[in-house]
Amino acid sequence: MSNDTSRRSFLTKGLAAGAAATVATAAKAATPDPLITEVQPWAQSFGDGVDATPYGLPTAHEGDVIRRNVEWLTADTVSSINFTPIHALDGTITPQGCAFERHHSGAIDLKKEDYRLMINGLVDNPLVFSYADLERFPRQNHVYFCECAANTGMEWAGAQLNGAQFTHGMIHNMEYTGVPLRTLLEEAGLDTAGDLKDKWVFVEGADASSNGRSIPMAKALDDCLIAFKANGEALRKEHGYPVRLVVPGWEGNMWVKWIRRIEVMDGPVESREETSKYTDTLEDGTSRKWTWEMDAKSVVTSPSPQSPITHGKGPLVVSGLAWSGRGAITRVDVSKDGGMTWETARLAKPGEKMALTRFYLDTEWDGSEMMLQSRAMDETGYVQPTKAQLREVRGLNSIYHNNCIQTWLVRANGEAENVEVS
Amino acid sequence: PAMAGKLGLGRTALPEEIAAWDGDISPDGTGLPVGSGDAMDGEEIFADQCAACHGDFAEGIDNWPKLAGGADTLDHEDPLKTVGSYWPHLSTAYDYIKRSMPYGNAGTLSDDEVYAIVAYILYSNDLIDDDFVLSNETFFDVEMPNADGFIIDDRAETEYAQWSGEPCMENCKEGEVKVTMRAMVLDVTPEEEGASEA
Repeated sequence: MSNDTSRRSFLTKGLAAGAAATVATAAKAATPDPLITEVQPWAQSFGDGVDATPYGLPTAHEGDVIRRNVEWLTADTVSSINFTPIHALDGTITPQGCAFERHHSGAIDLKKEDYRLMINGLVDNPLVFSYADLERFPRQNHVYFCECAANTGMEWAGAQLNGAQFTHGMIHNMEYTGVPLRTLLEEAGLDTAGDLKDKWVFVEGADASSNGRSIPMAKALDDCLIAFKANGEALRKEHGYPVRLVVPGWEGNMWVKWIRRIEVMDGPVESREETSKYTDTLEDGTSRKWTWEMDAKSVVTSPSPQSPITHGKGPLVVSGLAWSGRGAITRVDVSKDGGMTWETARLAKPGEKMALTRFYLDTEWDGSEMMLQSRAMDETGYVQPTKAQLREVRGLNSIYHNNCIQTWLVRANGEAENVEVS
Repeated sequence: PAMAGKLGLGRTALPEEIAAWDGDISPDGTGLPVGSGDAMDGEEIFADQCAACHGDFAEGIDNWPKLAGGADTLDHEDPLKTVGSYWPHLSTAYDYIKRSMPYGNAGTLSDDEVYAIVAYILYSNDLIDDDFVLSNETFFDVEMPNADGFIIDDRAETEYAQWSGEPCMENCKEGEVKVTMRAMVLDVTPEEEGASEA
């Protein structure tokens, strides 16, 4: 006993002597914590049996980590959008159950048995595949982000929605299993098509909206996937079950869900989703079309309006996401003073092409107001621009492709707000 | 990699199957079915099938899309983009209505009904006279006002070079940084029901 006591006091003294005066010491509790000193029910009786939950949902204590929609954005909910709770997530893989949805005629229910995929047009042999056929082709696995072209679109005219979920949550990042689109095109045969350089594929879904889009042949043969699994399991209904198109780095609208037909063509269809929509109007009234790539972008997910600082001064983890449709993220800088000075953050893992990258700035908060920003760089050398830079080139009416630097004003009480700064 | 060998999976698509699913219409008219309709027929069909959302005159109701109006507004602060003011090709209107409208009852219109509805939308945009018969043969007699209003993505020329390179790390702004706009002032963010209290 006495040995124990003296040994403990020796260790304590040693630690105190070895610790520099500047290092904060842990706080002392005034009274013992009953959660420790009293036996709690969970330490005494039973939890759930292994037969209680054949397929689980998150614990009720995480009830705020859910998709949300913004009613006033659209005329109704079946041609609409909801938002991933990125303010509450970490790492890079988005749980499918709270990964955002965007439909144009609702999330349809399509059984594997009823699924058909047709390839027609300028091919040697137009084909029909069943779902089972697709599972017999050689597969690949890739992690990619899917970002809606309209992500951050409500922020063009100013700071509008108060939360990273709403300003940046039209995005998810999953590990896909699927067959390269190239494999299926080769199965149908492309000799008939002649010179592939000026050819296109038109892709459309089985739903009423069809969501038809034209994709240049070079991209179709490069890295597009016909995907049937995401994060290890079948696609969720709302994400295109049983099969969707994955178009790495390109705007989410082109990631056709419930894909039913691929047509090899001489030219683009210029469908509704690439004329009326997903075209970006500039200040002089002309509009860009075929703005396919999603440029480098980042956002601080915490602290943010829905994720305030509640622990007071001292150690603070600033966390966020960065991504680019043009390659891997190579660096993320963080500013606490609205872009006057920057520190380079730590990437949790080296950036991967066309996938989300997690960054951290492990810092000390002195309790003063901060104007938090993050700025991504990708392997092309491109640096995420400010909203002012974007507006200078494009004006205010682009709707899509807003990859501006986001500012959160963090107040002394730890609460954060979506703002714009000079 | 070398071209992979064929695995022999899938089966040849039958002509009837291709005809059932391949309905896309290109800007040059490829895919247009034989048929016709005029704005007067279109007005009746529109009233019956479309006006509940899009209004009697294609002007739109509530938040539902406006299909007419907005001429010469594309460079305005709040442009109104409709079939008449914005859409570059008439083929898109035929293709989209035939495939995806009416909303909630898509793919139920006959080829002639679609010609008539498209004619009525053109008439509502003052782009044709009321006696004009729209058909696969007269389709390109219609001039779309914004046909030349689009450029191919030019970010590589207009943005990438000037936004690349080593970024500023210190003293990056003139004067003091000030808050110029606050989302809280607008107060349009949904209340978070079920959110745990921090």
